[in-house]
Amino acid sequence: MLTAKTLTELTTLLDSGEASSAQITKEFLDRAASLNPRLNAYITLNGEGALKEAAASDARRKKGALLSRHDGLPLAIKDNICTGGLRTTCGSGILRDFVPPYDATSYEKLKAAGFITLGKTNMDEFAMGSTTETSFFGPAKNPFDTTRVPGGSSGGSAVAVAAAMAPAALGSDTGGSIRQPAAFCGVVGIKPTYGRVSRYGLVAFASSLDQIGSFARSVDDAALVLGVIAGGDRRDATSIDRPVDFRPSELTGDVEGMRIGVPEEYFQGVADEVKDAVLEKLKQLEAAGARTEPISLRRTEYAIPVYYLIATAEASSNLARYDGIRYGYRAPDVKALEDLYRKTRNEGFGKEVKRRIILGTFSLSSGYYDAYYLKALKGRTLIIRDFQEAFAKVDAIVTPVTTTTAFRIGEKISNPLEMYVSDILTISANLAGIPGISVPAGTDRAGLPIGLQIMGNHFQERKILDCAKAVERVSGPLTPAV
Amino acid sequence: MEFEPVIGLEVHVQLNTATKIFCGCSTRFKADANTQTCPVCLGLPGVLPVLNEEALRKAIMAGLALNSTIATYSKFDRKNYFYPDLPKAYQISQYDKPICLGGFIEIKTGDAAKKIGITRLHLEEDAGKSIHSEDPGKKVSYVNFNRTGVPLAEIVSEPDIASSDEAYAYLQNLKTIMKYLEVSDCNMEEGSLRCDVNISLREKGTRPFGQKVEIKNMNSFRAVKMAIEFEIQRQTRALSGGERILQETRLWDANRSETFSMRSKEEAHDYRYFPEPDLPPVMIDQAYIDAIRSRLPELPAQRQARFVAEYGLPPYDAEVLTASRPMADYYEAVVKEGVNPKKASNWIMVELMARLDDPENVQAFNVQPLQLASLLRLIDDGTISGKIAKTVFEEMARTGGDPASIVKEKGLVQVTDTSAIEEVVDRVLAGNPQSVADFRSGKGKALGFLVGQVMKESRGKANPQMVNEILMKKLS
Repeated sequence: MLTAKTLTELTTLLDSGEASSAQITKEFLDRAASLNPRLNAYITLNGEGALKEAAASDARRKKGALLSRHDGLPLAIKDNICTGGLRTTCGSGILRDFVPPYDATSYEKLKAAGFITLGKTNMDEFAMGSTTETSFFGPAKNPFDTTRVPGGSSGGSAVAVAAAMAPAALGSDTGGSIRQPAAFCGVVGIKPTYGRVSRYGLVAFASSLDQIGSFARSVDDAALVLGVIAGGDRRDATSIDRPVDFRPSELTGDVEGMRIGVPEEYFQGVADEVKDAVLEKLKQLEAAGARTEPISLRRTEYAIPVYYLIATAEASSNLARYDGIRYGYRAPDVKALEDLYRKTRNEGFGKEVKRRIILGTFSLSSGYYDAYYLKALKGRTLIIRDFQEAFAKVDAIVTPVTTTTAFRIGEKISNPLEMYVSDILTISANLAGIPGISVPAGTDRAGLPIGLQIMGNHFQERKILDCAKAVERVSGPLTPAV
Repeated sequence: MEFEPVIGLEVHVQLNTATKIFCGCSTRFKADANTQTCPVCLGLPGVLPVLNEEALRKAIMAGLALNSTIATYSKFDRKNYFYPDLPKAYQISQYDKPICLGGFIEIKTGDAAKKIGITRLHLEEDAGKSIHSEDPGKKVSYVNFNRTGVPLAEIVSEPDIASSDEAYAYLQNLKTIMKYLEVSDCNMEEGSLRCDVNISLREKGTRPFGQKVEIKNMNSFRAVKMAIEFEIQRQTRALSGGERILQETRLWDANRSETFSMRSKEEAHDYRYFPEPDLPPVMIDQAYIDAIRSRLPELPAQRQARFVAEYGLPPYDAEVLTASRPMADYYEAVVKEGVNPKKASNWIMVELMARLDDPENVQAFNVQPLQLASLLRLIDDGTISGKIAKTVFEEMARTGGDPASIVKEKGLVQVTDTSAIEEVVDRVLAGNPQSVADFRSGKGKALGFLVGQVMKESRGKANPQMVNEILMKKLS
């Protein structure tokens, strides 16, 4: 079964001629089409387009004119990354029919390397949510238990990879939107350093926090995809050009002498089973030669308010452009301009998006700016300082990704505060701009995946990938029942 | 009670960069609607701005010419408001860390010189243009995004301006400086320069400011002057009548020559400024600033002083000639040909400027510096008289012809042959015995008449000085 293979394995099959890109692509498309009604991982399947791309790749292979070593490999793309000519909805009613006339840089790079786009994956509306329940297109389901959430906001990408509807996927991570669903779905998900991947064409939620990353079933595969999309981009002034030093062939999984910090703050309020699983992996890392030491990230308690002030402030401005004038949904039967704005945005946006726009608008308002937004910026500086101090002593920080395993659909959606607090273990990495990875660390008694998070200093992706590889060796892959 | 106005100006100058401030679209004026747009300036989902270095460089040039301090650290901010011609629903501008701080412009009204302080100069992007259908049956508005993202330098003055004349002089000098720098076309009708006025009145001689009013929508310097004058009268009348001035924005109505209220303070926007997360702060090192400074052209004030010192021109001539860079260049090109500087100045200020709508367009004028210089040389070497030269100039301005050829073709060469002049003089004396008798009886006026007759007979070509001498000799 080709869909059970990793990208690395598929590459071998393509090279040896045992499988064509068309065969591989078709198997993934078929499986995606048959599972999607149950899991709702994809908003748009690119069936015809993907097969055409695969045929073109096979033709290139015949001529010996491959675009890269990965030419012909398929993957899925989160629906907030602009794919020229292919609908990009952001999981929102306001962009339900939006077909971008241009490509995101990350998508352009994948195409230039010969990757094939299977489809666009489901997500929380504008990436605002931790469960994929806020999607205009309905929630995605956790393949380990379809009554449970897959996490979010990149829930569709995590489900697609976990259920072998794609060998890998792009996601975006603003406060944990790659790492948390990766943990809930038992796959590998990496959010790189802020600036490592161009944000050009990534529909903005919170510009200073958003970062594109990858999902895969192995650490090598996640690193492979990240390596393709990484790099500076003259169209993104916040991108930074650093050489990629973490290609699969460069990863050793060697943690001998690696100093690993274990912050006590990240184990408080965490379910025992999750905590125990992570502590067990830490012991195994020690056995493999790593040295662990307790550290403190003492400003962690401020991360939630700081994050929700900054993210909503930026979002309130980023989402102001959806006004029904030039593209996207426009409310019918409006009488005047003001009416057009109100109705379009009222009907086009979902409840959570509106809540965050209102929060952000409020915190930027005259008279409140200093007390909220400005204070949050200062808090962010302190959180960054916590990490700087920690990384002066350790190479990586290991924590749980989530406080619990996947919860039930509908369980938290009516209580936004409780939902926000569940992001506590992932948002600090976004505030500090540092890379973080979620790697499977076993399951709880109910068979639900547990994720282990490794955070590194800026541009130290290689270190956290090596550490993740060491964890992967002792954990082994997880396969859902579906 | 006597009042005095306190005025500050906010001027938006479009920088004439080849491409827009945050994307690669052309900034050409008058292109077909919405042809100079791209995903970035249209604010499509997911696009990002990238700062155009040319815009930054031109803003720094402007700042240096306005005697500002260039900030080595500045940043961009978002100014949030909804309007159909603002595709992102925020304008990228600079809020608390502008690229240039402080500075001044020196102005002269009458004989009094004064420095008008500059508060700041910052960079921002222009918005698009809304066009409302003029068909009353059709309630439709259109938006043209060609202008969206054209770089603007907003220059804010201190409230140092005390009259409409000072405001006018400030704008003139600001425009001249920008044009010397070649950073903007400063065409108010085309919108490449826009000016808002902040004005309040206070009791004469006191310090505290009165309630200020903002005036917008003037499309010429004259309109700015008129709007200020109207507003001074309106506010004076209101205050004298015991009314309070409301904090509001008013629009200038050019047809009715008055201002009217657009929105009050309560309706004012809360722009919710915050740092633009898509653009890193702008860090400029001193070497970069120094390099720009070293390449600045000579500015109007410096050039004016040099014209006085180098060419011995009266300050008034120097001021008029340097008010436009092309005109000053023209003048210097004439002088370089060895022409007497004051003579060149007189000809340009009297004959040339009378035939030119805008000194900025002197490069397109039919008489170019080399031609004017040859004309002036024809006077100097006695080939033609100053009077004939005016006729020749007229012809040059009309046809673009060469002065020597015109003189030759039309037979305008000055007659300096004594016997030829004597012949005409004899004829005139014989034909005007009464005038001759008048002169001889002491009526000096009669001489002028006789000279005029001789010049007329010679069709202006006789050397006037020789005519005088010969007449005197024959009459005595």
